[in-house]
Amino acid sequence: MILVEDIHFSYDGIYTALQGVSLQIEKGERVAIMGTNGAGKTTLIKHMNGLLRPQHGRVIVDGTDAKSLSIAELSRTVGLVWQNPDHQLFLDSVRKEIEFGLKNLGFSPEEANEQCTQTLKNLGLEGLAERSPFALSGGERKRVALATVLATEPRVLALDEPTIGQDAHQKERLASMLLDLNERERTVIVVTHDVEFVIENFPRTIAMADGRIVADGSTSSVLSNEDVLERCSLTPPQLTVAARALHKVFPQVPERLALLSELENAVSEILGVVP
Amino acid sequence: MALVEFADFSFKYLGADSLALRKVSASINEGEYVVITGPSGCGKTTLCRAINGLVPHFHRGYIAGNVYVDGQNTRDATVALLASSVGLVFQNPANQLVTLNVEKELAFGPENLGVEPQEIRKRVEEIIDLLNLEHLREKHPHEMSGGEQQRLAMAATLALKPKVLVADEPTSNLDPKSAELILDIISELNKRNGMTVILVEHRLDLVAKDASRIILLDKGQIVADGAPRDILPQDISMEIGVGIPKATQVYKRLQTKGIELSRVPLTGEELAMLVGEVTSS
Repeated sequence: MILVEDIHFSYDGIYTALQGVSLQIEKGERVAIMGTNGAGKTTLIKHMNGLLRPQHGRVIVDGTDAKSLSIAELSRTVGLVWQNPDHQLFLDSVRKEIEFGLKNLGFSPEEANEQCTQTLKNLGLEGLAERSPFALSGGERKRVALATVLATEPRVLALDEPTIGQDAHQKERLASMLLDLNERERTVIVVTHDVEFVIENFPRTIAMADGRIVADGSTSSVLSNEDVLERCSLTPPQLTVAARALHKVFPQVPERLALLSELENAVSEILGVVP
Repeated sequence: MALVEFADFSFKYLGADSLALRKVSASINEGEYVVITGPSGCGKTTLCRAINGLVPHFHRGYIAGNVYVDGQNTRDATVALLASSVGLVFQNPANQLVTLNVEKELAFGPENLGVEPQEIRKRVEEIIDLLNLEHLREKHPHEMSGGEQQRLAMAATLALKPKVLVADEPTSNLDPKSAELILDIISELNKRNGMTVILVEHRLDLVAKDASRIILLDKGQIVADGAPRDILPQDISMEIGVGIPKATQVYKRLQTKGIELSRVPLTGEELAMLVGEVTSS
């Protein structure tokens, strides 16, 4: 469980990146953090594994004040996957990259090797084990960066913009992998601008603007709130736009519709076709 | 001749096992708005690099066939020369900004191309006006939001007066509102100023409505090329993993139930309108 209490943070002492953020994330949740560029989303998740420390307020991870835990200790609980894989990758083969983190956590070379092989298999990256991360495509590098974190099996996984540069199939694969981890009681936190990805996969959304939380609740309620969308520079996805437009003419179509099958069924009903 | 012409063009990066582009042929004419899409690693970025000459002059490798830009064979033209015809905008604007304020940023490119100072001043003002940058004039680029930075990067590119704007996922780091604003500006440049646009994008729900044409790449080959409403409903688009607009997906699902809308919708509003049309007829 992660408890964040009234944290404030400023990088330069002038501009305040976080101005009093409080939230609680329970074990096994899937939570999306959304909002404008510069809202403080990345700054917030960096507090969860100790990369940044609050200048005011506190972060409590599994009942312990994060203040008393080192980054190494916190990283075992909270694994952070950065937005730019190039900030995370530095060795000359994918295998070395993944084994590096494991050895730091005390895995023996044999255990590290085995865990690495398994992780690559889970992510469909077997073929890339001996390649240099820098010779891979942007999308592939992103998956390697994810593998380095997943291999250490953190209980909480926080991903910063994981869908950027990923095509439709890769996004589906990423989603099913995250859902699978979540089923095995891992908490999944994602920072993203991808509204459709959130609607399809994350039951809870925290919306941020100007270093503060503007809304925190079920994804469908947060993302159908016009005021929140406006303040957080979010736009409703196509299906919601379609549902709203249909609702004006056919009041039986709920305005909140979000999923493809829901809209398809609503339209079928309007047109008198059995769904 | 077409503004950009790929003639049976193939390219393999030095040391790579397979071709990044495979016998690509396509003509892009002045005034078109072409969206290039396809799964990651399909060759989209290589295609952009082949237009501005980074392939083969900077990224070396095996090359076959030719690319012509504004009548010049890119094999013979330098990257610097091509820069006056092709304006490039990248995913991360911060990597593209080099100076300390808007005016300097906009003047930097033309200065390097040896444009007369008077002409530069004129262009800078035109572009500040065109892209609505007046309120940013005194702001340091690194204090700007991601969306503002991308607008400035695009403005700096346009200051070179390119004939074609090539943008490689220019909005993927931006929040949805900022992304929409950038894409609206690109669409306006195309519609109002006749600027030729080649845009690489995964999220077709954002751009299909503006594009006159979509080129679908898979494993370095063009697998479909045509108007968005013709290309997107095809099975191949779904198979190779293209982010088909949800409105178009609903259209396809309705079709399997025997419901025909009068055309292929690309946006949510359009879908709602077409459904309304069926009920009133």
